[in-house]
Amino acid sequence: MRLLLRSAACGAFACALLQGAPDEASAQLADHQYTSAAVEAGSRLYVSECALCHGPQGDRVDGVDLRRGQFRAVQSDDDLRRIITVGVDDSRMPAFDFSAAELDAVVAYIRAGFDPEGVAVRIGDPARGAEVFNEAGDCSSCHRVNGVGPRTAPDLSDIGAIRTPASLQRSLLDPYTALLPINRPVMALTREGEMIRGRRLNEDTYSVQLIDSNGRLRSLVKEDLVDFEISRTPTHEPTSLSGDQVADVVGYLLSLRGIQ
Amino acid sequence: MKTTRLFLSAALLVGLALAPANVDAQVSYERILNAADDPGNWLTYNGTYSSQRYSQLAQITPANVDDLELKWMLPNQVFGAWQSNPIVVDGIMYVTQRPNDVMAVDVATGRVFWLYRHTNAPNALVCCGANNRGVAILEDKLFMGTLDAHLVAIDRINGQPLWKTEVGDVNLAYSITMAPLVVKDKVLVGVGGGEFGIRGYVAAYDADTGEEAWRFYTIPGPGEPGHDTWEGDDWEHGGAPVWITGSFDPDLNLTYWGVGNPGPDWNAEQRPGDNLYSDAVVALDADTGELVWHFQFTPNDGYDYDAVQVPVLADMQWEGEQRRLMLWANRNGYFYVLDRETGEFLSGEPYVRVNWSSGLDQNGRPIPTPQPEGMPTWPGNQGGTNWYPPSFSPRTGLFYFAAWEDYATIYRPEESEYQPGRAFLGGGFDVLTPAPGAPGVGIGRTNPINNWTDEVGHAAVIAMDPLTSQPRWKYEQFDVSDSGMLTTASDLLFTGGREGHFHALDARTGELLWRASLGGQIVMAPVTYLVDGQQYISVISGNSLVTFGLRD
Repeated sequence: MRLLLRSAACGAFACALLQGAPDEASAQLADHQYTSAAVEAGSRLYVSECALCHGPQGDRVDGVDLRRGQFRAVQSDDDLRRIITVGVDDSRMPAFDFSAAELDAVVAYIRAGFDPEGVAVRIGDPARGAEVFNEAGDCSSCHRVNGVGPRTAPDLSDIGAIRTPASLQRSLLDPYTALLPINRPVMALTREGEMIRGRRLNEDTYSVQLIDSNGRLRSLVKEDLVDFEISRTPTHEPTSLSGDQVADVVGYLLSLRGIQ
Repeated sequence: MKTTRLFLSAALLVGLALAPANVDAQVSYERILNAADDPGNWLTYNGTYSSQRYSQLAQITPANVDDLELKWMLPNQVFGAWQSNPIVVDGIMYVTQRPNDVMAVDVATGRVFWLYRHTNAPNALVCCGANNRGVAILEDKLFMGTLDAHLVAIDRINGQPLWKTEVGDVNLAYSITMAPLVVKDKVLVGVGGGEFGIRGYVAAYDADTGEEAWRFYTIPGPGEPGHDTWEGDDWEHGGAPVWITGSFDPDLNLTYWGVGNPGPDWNAEQRPGDNLYSDAVVALDADTGELVWHFQFTPNDGYDYDAVQVPVLADMQWEGEQRRLMLWANRNGYFYVLDRETGEFLSGEPYVRVNWSSGLDQNGRPIPTPQPEGMPTWPGNQGGTNWYPPSFSPRTGLFYFAAWEDYATIYRPEESEYQPGRAFLGGGFDVLTPAPGAPGVGIGRTNPINNWTDEVGHAAVIAMDPLTSQPRWKYEQFDVSDSGMLTTASDLLFTGGREGHFHALDARTGELLWRASLGGQIVMAPVTYLVDGQQYISVISGNSLVTFGLRD
């Protein structure tokens, strides 16, 4: 018995992975400040000028994780430009004599989460982002943060530590290509007629473990189900928030780093 | 105290009764030759020289398989994928564990008689885990290849090492992970190191002394036929390792070996030419190591499509004529039938999605269709299948193997400079995933939670009809599988997978008849044998060797 909706969509996988899905909103956001050519140029400059100290993943300096947007003092892109240009007193960060275009390129690469094919991400104000998250964005009606909110959608308490800025932005702007397969909404109908909706935690050939829409842990044996479907549609649409609001939400999410 | 003494005496009596049989029944070459008719034992890596992993035992049947119960377990204390294949000889199981331990185990109780530990040179280097896949036996000796490229002979009664021979130079990253193959009075073994720019070979050693008898280089040297399939000095570090046990046809006196990938792995342009005998099967004279024929599956391979599958030998009617065949589901996604007497290509059809080639020509040579930069290649880097041992049942006429379906990777070839003893890869690759940054599948499984899902690849046990190259049936699994196969004369097929389910399928129909959730990844094939006349089945799951038999 074949219960799974097996995606025949390997072709679609390729699309998701390869095109980077520049829909209108992301184009506005990304190219608002940096072009993808700048990101690419930045990747080369980073490797030759920055990687020696910051490391290939940007995490080799204590307290700094460039790829994930974690800095000691930097908030805005202008902060970044200033520190690269003048250096930091009493630290090992020297001043670099970059042209304006080179500066833009390096900042773009850092903001793209070190993905040379990615889009540059503007990171806004975390406090404003928290407001948007809870109100205009309506994120908190499904996502839980630091013990508050439902468990229906993935808990975001440490999302800033495990995702890149580009990946977070993509989840807001283009949930169709950003959604991790394990997080796809599932629907199961038991022999007894119970309809269970939820989100998978684990699955194997014969069973599936999930959190149902009531926040309960359920382990279902596939043999006992009359229907089991995995939706390819994410639970939320591409956001209708403004570019500034998206930047703020990304800033807020990046500030969520779990318990220390 | 009294009870204990009594018990001990009784045990001693039983032991004495059994002991003479054990000592007398040395494992002669003739005995290995006739292993198929001695199903109470499991005498070689693949069970018999024809490597069918088919047992004549039939006590466990589709009707009573539900009555299987746990007989014993033997956990090891070493972590990492346990890929070893036990052999069983007259009530004693010999099994290796990481990195190079051999244990002698009582098959009735799972208790250990002795443990031999080989200490590897600290600079031993392997690409994919400190694996060892088992020992070979002849007379009173066991033979094990080591990660630091030595061959060790061990006394099978007391576990003492008898001789130790250097097979390859550990400083150049030669290694041995395979179980050796004994043919007549020689121990045959191949070397690993295809990711480190070795020059591969199969070599034979005198079983008594460890002296090298012959060596066949899988990359021909200057003046030898096939040398012109390499340019410049590429042949000196072109890989072509041999890391899976071969087969033997005593009537033809030919021994067959699958050869691994050329190096550097992912940059084919850096080593123009067909790169013989990488990704080929070679048929060697068992006495001299002389090459009799070869068939190359993937010329100038840029995808790491090692041909290190077990050469499975079967005699079948082929187009109205009884022929000596070789059945081969290759890592490159094609299933092949060859004539093992001549190496003639008889058929080849894809069994999973393949886009690196658009088909095979009349000689079995692939028509290459390399994908544009950044585009996915099917099958992915781990292949449509890999080293996991298949099975052929002469009763059903079907060939069973684990396939990875819907699995692709994107290759990033780069120029690599060869440095002795260092990785020589020629770039890298990414597994194709449905979302950027989503987890993929790789070698082995280290997590009880599958958060990558079947969308990045999933397994199917394929029951292939060699006569049509069409699957008779498939049994799908959610995760991918590195499990080997075992078939029996009662038409049962036993196999596992990364999810740790141990399945018994009806070999004729693919129907699931029984399963046990053992929890740890099963990355080798089960074996079956007799204990006091009762059929047992052993399989390794995670860090445990688990043995089942019918309820008493």
